[in-house]
Amino acid sequence: MSGLLDREIAFLDALRRAGLPVPLSEVLDATRAMGAVDMLDREGLRAAFAATVVKRSNHRRTFDTLFDLWWPAVTGEPTTSEFLGEGEGEDGEPGQGNGPADPTAMRDALRDLLLKGDEQALQRFAREVVSTLGRSDAQPGRQSWFAYRVLRSLSPETLMASLLEAMLAGQERGGLAERVARQTITERVKQFQEMVEAEVRRRLAEDRGAEQVSKTAVQPLAEQVDFLRASRDDMAELKRQVLPLARRLATRLTARRQLGRTGKLDFRRTVRASLGTGGVPLVTHHKPHKPHKPELVVLCDVSGSVAGFAHFTLMLAYALREQFSKVRAFAFIDTTDEVTQYFTPGVDVAEALQRMSTEAELVWFDGHSDYGHAIEVFAEKYPEAIGPRTSLLILGDARNNYRATGAQTLKGLVQRARHAYWLNPEPAAYWGSGDSATQPYADVIEMVECRNALQLQEFVRDLLPQ
Amino acid sequence: MLKPQFASVDDVRERLNAAGYLTDHAIATTVFLADRLGKPLLVEGPAGVGKTELAKAVAEATGSELIRLQCYEGLDESRALYEWNYKKQLLRIQASKDDDSWDEIHDDVFAEEFLMARPLLTAIRNTHATVLLIDETDKADVEVEGLLLEVLSDFQVTIPELGTITAARRPIVFLTSNATRELSEALKRRCLYLHLDYPDADREKAIVLSRVPEVAEQLADQLVRTVRALRALELKKSPSIAESIDWARTLVALGLDTLDEQAVKDTLGVVLKHASDHARASTQLKLN
Repeated sequence: MSGLLDREIAFLDALRRAGLPVPLSEVLDATRAMGAVDMLDREGLRAAFAATVVKRSNHRRTFDTLFDLWWPAVTGEPTTSEFLGEGEGEDGEPGQGNGPADPTAMRDALRDLLLKGDEQALQRFAREVVSTLGRSDAQPGRQSWFAYRVLRSLSPETLMASLLEAMLAGQERGGLAERVARQTITERVKQFQEMVEAEVRRRLAEDRGAEQVSKTAVQPLAEQVDFLRASRDDMAELKRQVLPLARRLATRLTARRQLGRTGKLDFRRTVRASLGTGGVPLVTHHKPHKPHKPELVVLCDVSGSVAGFAHFTLMLAYALREQFSKVRAFAFIDTTDEVTQYFTPGVDVAEALQRMSTEAELVWFDGHSDYGHAIEVFAEKYPEAIGPRTSLLILGDARNNYRATGAQTLKGLVQRARHAYWLNPEPAAYWGSGDSATQPYADVIEMVECRNALQLQEFVRDLLPQ
Repeated sequence: MLKPQFASVDDVRERLNAAGYLTDHAIATTVFLADRLGKPLLVEGPAGVGKTELAKAVAEATGSELIRLQCYEGLDESRALYEWNYKKQLLRIQASKDDDSWDEIHDDVFAEEFLMARPLLTAIRNTHATVLLIDETDKADVEVEGLLLEVLSDFQVTIPELGTITAARRPIVFLTSNATRELSEALKRRCLYLHLDYPDADREKAIVLSRVPEVAEQLADQLVRTVRALRALELKKSPSIAESIDWARTLVALGLDTLDEQAVKDTLGVVLKHASDHARASTQLKLN
């Protein structure tokens, strides 16, 4: 049991290092849960750990990756070769990188499995192909495994056409049936890719220890990924999170507003309630406070370098529309145009962004960021946008291509607004380097570092008054 | 006192199946642990994946009484825990004769007779098997969470005038949440956690088949795969299991035996509840 306990503690420790909070009380719970389930039932053990230490759904991926490393389903080489029979039987040392089996035959095997959608068989197949195709001898006596080797030689995505053919079996192409079949195949291919990746990690962990592999295996949570470094997948994940994020923020903001219950006395309700106590007003009722809703003006740089950040923030601002009495959005690259009209309620956000970039007039000279000109144009064309109730939000990295900054004009805008903030997606350490004009701007407006969704969330929460 | 209701994980699965709730291994194990360790179970996930159903099924499978506390904004102690029946107390005071001393009346009006038990207290005091369902916990204000802490960690309620009431028999507690806000760490620490998501294709098909037995297997398969394609579309509100079941019922009622483009177009309103989602699905699935 003590060996098991050590393993559990090391596993929970790895979870902590990956960023999951695992307090001592949960360690105790996990241990008790481990005692209550059948230890030979691996999925049961997974569920037991998940129930006791994973308290947020977005931690689940990290947890699963680490669990597979620390409690592998199988160990060692696959013993049977049901799919690659001919290939592996003859050569005792199955490790010349490119694999002994005929790639075409393997692709055919994969195609059949994807068509059938038998998860367990697919799992066994992944195990076998990793051990034949994925291996390379990095140094003498030391092996390594690579998922990309497997995926490159099998290239499951390219099977789409023939799989579609087989699945539709003569039905009409191009319509609903194809779309549904495509979705099913995409799901299964993704599942296979994940299986291969997990298997590679498992083999590596056997070679180098789970501890070593778990350091590199875990991807940071989407909300902690820097906007400027986010990959397309990260960005897609972030965009999916905008609505839930906005909903969470909105509830918290409303809750904060309702916390103070010291509004004016509601005479009618108080008297009505006093009837129940023989005319004695035991409980007083109060009218709710009228919440102060600020106006929001967003002025954002949508040039290529910061576009991801700007899109995300615009989407968030619009999702939070109800929290503000009025939201207006302006976008610029080297000149400014109003983009509010693209974000009417109920419109599809992806479409709105698309329309914004094609229809709005954002380029005046050469299509490189020009903050100075953009600010001048904004002040000139939309003088009424900024008033004493307005919160002004500027989004951008302030990389101005060494052009005039227009800081004086900005100063005038800031003085007219109720609050003004500049959100900069660059790490504060880089501010002022190269063509970054943060210094002149920071003198006239409060500049806030906003590198990831987490920082943005905190900022929005603090922005709205109680 | 802890009296486990289930003998093993398989026992959970079989009895929940019998109650009409198809579990997977993770759900069954988690429910088993909640029962065995005597800890509340926090179930989180999108709307319509069967969070409330799970609690109901457990109540049915164990033959327990289901006590439900529906959370909403403004829910307070007097609705969740207990309240003194002050009208009755006033009556008692007014009806007292002159020779009753104040001490007597005072002791008298704070007796059991004047206490109105609300769901939490009722669940604690029950001597028979009980399932307590605290539904949509995220809708309640943050203060309610503080109120729940004592109940959920020690299964006791302190009433200043009466003292502490400890559970005669620990209820199985389910909390559900749609995650519209993050629940406090203190509350989460006291609970086991289960994230219910849209099920995989096989399980969803089994659920549809068990809930709508009239539907042909071929059609159920088609339906589930179409719903999964819809979920991949980044809609405002993705269709959940509840919608899949409704859709199956609709198709059966209309006497359709295959889900072709015309059928989808006619019945899309059953699964998608927003106009913009409707438009999006129509273009993406090329229904027009």
